[in-house]
Amino acid sequence: MTRAFRVILVLSMLAALALSGCAKATPAPTATQPPKPTSPPAAQPTVAPTPKPTPVTKTVVIGFTSSKTGSQEVPSTGQTRGLELWLEQVNAKGVTLPDGTIVKFEFKTYDDESNKERVQQLYTKLINDDKTNFLISPYSSGLTDAAAVIAEQYGQIMITTGAASDATYKKGYQLVFQLYTPASRYLTGAVDLLAKLDPTAKKIAIVHENDKFSTDVVNAAKAYAESKGYEIVLFEGYDSGTTDFAPFINKIIGAAPDAIMGGGHFADGSTFAKQMYEKQVKVKFIALLVAPPELKFADIGEAAFGIIGPSQWEPQAAYSEASAKAAGIQWYGPSVADFVNAYNAKYGENPAYHAAGGYAAGLILQKAIEDAGSLDTAKVKAALDAMDVLTCYGHVKFDTSAEAHGLQVAHEMVYIQWQKDASGKLVKQVVWPAEGKSADAIYPLSR
Amino acid sequence: MTEQLLASLTDGLLLGFVYGLASMGLSLIWGVMRVINLAHGATMVLGMFATYLLFSTFGIHPYVALPIIVVLSLLFGFLVYATAVHRVINAPYLSTLLATFAVNMMIIGIGTAVFTTTPRNVDIPVGRIQAGPVTLLSTRLVATLIAVIVTAGLYLLLYRTRPGKAIRAVANNRAAARLMGISAFRTLALSFGLGTMLAAAAGALIATFFPFTILSGAGYQTKGFVICVLGGLGNPTGALIGGLILGALEGIIPVFMAVNWVPVIEFVLFVLILLVKPSGLLGAR
Repeated sequence: MTRAFRVILVLSMLAALALSGCAKATPAPTATQPPKPTSPPAAQPTVAPTPKPTPVTKTVVIGFTSSKTGSQEVPSTGQTRGLELWLEQVNAKGVTLPDGTIVKFEFKTYDDESNKERVQQLYTKLINDDKTNFLISPYSSGLTDAAAVIAEQYGQIMITTGAASDATYKKGYQLVFQLYTPASRYLTGAVDLLAKLDPTAKKIAIVHENDKFSTDVVNAAKAYAESKGYEIVLFEGYDSGTTDFAPFINKIIGAAPDAIMGGGHFADGSTFAKQMYEKQVKVKFIALLVAPPELKFADIGEAAFGIIGPSQWEPQAAYSEASAKAAGIQWYGPSVADFVNAYNAKYGENPAYHAAGGYAAGLILQKAIEDAGSLDTAKVKAALDAMDVLTCYGHVKFDTSAEAHGLQVAHEMVYIQWQKDASGKLVKQVVWPAEGKSADAIYPLSR
Repeated sequence: MTEQLLASLTDGLLLGFVYGLASMGLSLIWGVMRVINLAHGATMVLGMFATYLLFSTFGIHPYVALPIIVVLSLLFGFLVYATAVHRVINAPYLSTLLATFAVNMMIIGIGTAVFTTTPRNVDIPVGRIQAGPVTLLSTRLVATLIAVIVTAGLYLLLYRTRPGKAIRAVANNRAAARLMGISAFRTLALSFGLGTMLAAAAGALIATFFPFTILSGAGYQTKGFVICVLGGLGNPTGALIGGLILGALEGIIPVFMAVNWVPVIEFVLFVLILLVKPSGLLGAR
């Protein structure tokens, strides 16, 4: 090897390293401190309010990672936007504690690259180096499950959003609180909708992503569908990152189901829907996870028409101060219209449910701090445990049992379907539950 | 069952042609230069992104863009060869492996910074022909046709033209070829350029039917290695046949078992071929 080549090779490798570093845009975390054993959290000395005669302003650091790159980028971006809107709004006034301290909030955030290992490194870094006071989860159940361990070990409260898998909340954690309707209730409504639309439909094919969240969802949906007398004619998983769905589509055609359910996340779900359309799969009903409620789902054009998706929230949601009063629940935060308008003004589009979930994560933490009148972890935890509130995002109440502490027990899903308006433009309509629907479901799909 | 088998096999074979096209590039570079091109997958992704950019920015249809991509990737191949590979061409394999790996990392690094890892689609209208249980998509058919034409072109180049003969002579015995007055640099650069071009062309075709990110190359590159070993490293025709076999397997296996078994069976086959017939089904040189 000549000297000149060696120089070129070394320079090339350095350039590659530097570039990959640029792309990640996140410094490698430093060595982690050994985690403390899981135990009821002690007061956080760094944030304990110190009573002072004159009002002081205190900045609370909230840490989270978002997926600026990788498979979770689209929904994670929405979630982060929701959080940023909340930050902007809450910091306009701040939260005033009983001792007069005005609390303002600050975010520390990194790109987790949709990667579990990065999540664990970064949450450890957030807690140790950035001295966070509270944590918000990353997007997706898999990443949140990885982050929740760190939050619990270091005794910090984590509000999880974008993370529906039930399993995370059945590990005995005390400080992790879920905002999403759990995965076990994600597709059961789709089964109910199918039953309502067509009592003669009997066969369902389930094709799902092989990840934590999707597997939890379809296992629960399968059990529910079977209990309702449906025959599951195909039940198969695909790897995350799959781009060729032809083998599954051929199997679906062979199994001739009435309905297809499953999917996983945005990238695979939209590709699956697109390829089913290209192959003109003759099926009456398609319900997929995560992808359909995203506005970008309409980019697949005609292939989006008729696809149903469970959504944690939609702008048409009928949550209001009046409905809270009628249900005997406390109302908190802005109205749905105010949230939608503020989001629209800031980002130029309507919020999808991931954005609403992000916004709600901030809002619920704010409410818990107000209820606790303190920044102390134990007091805020107690406030979260006692919380039973209706917001623009919906009803929020956490399980306080030992078996499933932090699991969301009150929030309900809605089901959207892509339909066409009078001008032929694709629009989302809420088609289930019946009491909240904005349009009748299109059934059967004609292809 | 028969209908499903027929539909799956057709899908697999159509995809196999494109796999074969991509692997021919890998195989050619190995056969002529004894270089394992670890930038192969990244080059395929460059082809995908070139298609995407020409389509989304200038509205150039992917099939019209293909000749532009072919020329650009040929030049890119020359550039990579001259800057990264030529100086280590006679060094041990590890040096060329590292050199091409460095190119791979640079492409991925720059690509991630510029394009992020958001999945991209080249949305062109897709026509379909229904033949009994088989649905033939126009994008797949055109990709197959182009793969066949490019293969024929490569065959003609290698066997009917002077530069092609020079490539084969260098592949056969570099020292002897040099003694016959063949410029090793030019021939090797041409081979590397052609290999790069085939990868980019395959990438451009794949972009018309699958979504992709800047990181998509790794999977196709791994398949490329299996195909080359299957067909015989260094034998472009073998690569095409290897691609068809892999495509057929990907079509047939899911009919009988879960799709997750496909990579398991592919790699078991890979190991078996290495054990039983290391030169591949058609043998190299």
